[in-house]
Amino acid sequence: MSSGGGNFGFSETEVPAGRDDGEMTYLEAISDGLRIEMRRDPNVLVMGQDIGGDFGGAFKITKGFEEEFGARRVINTPLCEQTFAGAANGMALMGLRPVVEMQFADFISTAFDAIVHYAASNFYRWGAPVPWVIRAPCDGGIRSGPYHSGNPEAWFVHTPGLKVVAPSMPADAKGLLISAIRDDNPVIFFEAKNLYRSIRGPTPVGEHIVPLGSARVAREGSDVSVITYGAQVHQALTAAGEVAPEISAEVVDLRTLKPLDEEAILASVRKTGRALVVHSATRLAGVGAEAAALMADAAFQYLDAPVERLGGLDTPVPFSPPLEDAYRPDSAKIAAALRRLAAF
Amino acid sequence: MTSARPSKPPSRKRKRARQIRDLALSDQERRNLLYWMRLTRTLDDRLVALWKQGRGVGGTFNQRGHEAISVGTGAALRPDDIVAPIHRDLGCYLIRGMTPRRIVANQLGRITGVTRGRDANLHGCGDLSLGIIGFISHIPQSLGPALGAAMSFTYRGEERAALTYLGDGGTTTGVFHEALNMAAVRAAPLVVVVENNQYAYSTPLRQSMAGDNIRARSEALGVPAAVVDGNDLEAVYQCAEAALGRARSGGGPSLIEAKTMRMLGHAIHDGAEYVPPELLAEWEAKDPIVRYERQLQEAGIVDDSHLREMADNCRAVCEDAVGFAEASDWPDPADVEQGVFA
Repeated sequence: MSSGGGNFGFSETEVPAGRDDGEMTYLEAISDGLRIEMRRDPNVLVMGQDIGGDFGGAFKITKGFEEEFGARRVINTPLCEQTFAGAANGMALMGLRPVVEMQFADFISTAFDAIVHYAASNFYRWGAPVPWVIRAPCDGGIRSGPYHSGNPEAWFVHTPGLKVVAPSMPADAKGLLISAIRDDNPVIFFEAKNLYRSIRGPTPVGEHIVPLGSARVAREGSDVSVITYGAQVHQALTAAGEVAPEISAEVVDLRTLKPLDEEAILASVRKTGRALVVHSATRLAGVGAEAAALMADAAFQYLDAPVERLGGLDTPVPFSPPLEDAYRPDSAKIAAALRRLAAF
Repeated sequence: MTSARPSKPPSRKRKRARQIRDLALSDQERRNLLYWMRLTRTLDDRLVALWKQGRGVGGTFNQRGHEAISVGTGAALRPDDIVAPIHRDLGCYLIRGMTPRRIVANQLGRITGVTRGRDANLHGCGDLSLGIIGFISHIPQSLGPALGAAMSFTYRGEERAALTYLGDGGTTTGVFHEALNMAAVRAAPLVVVVENNQYAYSTPLRQSMAGDNIRARSEALGVPAAVVDGNDLEAVYQCAEAALGRARSGGGPSLIEAKTMRMLGHAIHDGAEYVPPELLAEWEAKDPIVRYERQLQEAGIVDDSHLREMADNCRAVCEDAVGFAEASDWPDPADVEQGVFA
């Protein structure tokens, strides 16, 4: 149990973006993907609170960007999420590709109208695409309390017209961000901020594209499928290691929540016959409920056990370590669920 | 000024009456402005009649009293400017080139409407080929997109401006303050037109804000503001032209508060019984179309034959639009899921 610290538990240590040794942190990979797109396409710009100057954002994703791209393309905004999200709508209509940083995913609520009513419905209503990306640092486990730990992805998956991405690995974060920027639709890009500096992995140098809407098998297995995304992928991988070799768990990393890779989910559960759905967000009416319903609907005859779901409790995300640990799924809870399912 | 419908050439010149402003407008352009207001009123009346006959679909919003604002501001836009009009700006849609056929078909939910049956009345009636950004019901949420369009002009170094509208009701929201503040900080080429029509649905302005100080609020946020008689077409035009010129030349955003009166209900269902009759009578006497007709008549710019021709033309255009819309196909329910994603 970590106790966190200043700046909501995040290190202020600088990490140079764009490393070329083939290993990047999750944060470096996102920053690298963003920089590649800004170099490639003069229509790509970044906008958000505190992202400019030497500061480079609350999490330093855009550190050095203003120096390289200038204040014209690195737009530091006043504190007004609904207005700069709305302005991103107008920019996108004019052919620009704004990448907007919500300082924390929790604050996206203040921009709701601009996102779920304006951007999401625009192409359906009058045929004009709105190609923006909103980057939203989400998730908890780092003792940040109810307003810096949120996982609001279900709100947006439930909104027709939005795409929703939630990568777990540095290479995927980079490749999916590049795809999101090039996509002609509004994309909400959830970054698990607890992974920013804690996860490092092989990441292709230069342009790297991971298509939206495709899941990935993060660990192959034959007994139980874990369907998950974001930070919980790492918890699931740890749990799968703990229950092996007695139980062979397959971990499916959804990577994109909308469009959902239904075939990948079904292919895995048809193989294993047992499924556990895991996410940090509140379990009730979460994205996992849709995945579970999908399996009940399209893979019922393959199931050897009821689909189990692990998610956050139906409470605000509590602050104090014992409370937050009780709230969140983690590798121990996942391992216990895997054992229950395997014994069913 | 955008090109407009043909009308008769001036048959004779008379000494200009005092009401006509010293603007760089030709007689023909003035007749065109009158035409657009008349067409707006005629189409609006035609829609109200359709709904009263039970031929409407869903709801519709009326325009009566707002014609000088939507036409005066719309006329001041250049073709490459961008405008984000709302549900009381029919004249702006028309002057930008959105045809009455497409508009009526949209109101009736037909496949030939602007939104192909996806959105109601004027909602969502955007068309970037006409420089029009569509709106959502959440007034004044067009402020963000208009600001973004304006910022895109600055970004690309283009001498263009964006203009958008809201009502007095919209000025009490948070996004009004946010957007004006950010527009000022960014020196964005944005013109915000507040159509102060005294009522936000049923709520009079005095219950919406303490004092009638929209201009002061704008100026406090760093956005210069002007107050204009919203029923005086040329005053609105002149004000909008100045604000747009300032925006295009790097002078930053401005706000125009155009004072008018919503002469009918919030929408077709609303009898507006909450509005005192004497207030409506006061504003009826200031009707923007009657007023401009008189000004142009006194100045010798239009005569009775012009007015007859305009009225006949507007009626014919609107009848054609209604006929076209009612004869148009409904959208195919098999396509209901098409076009959610680009």
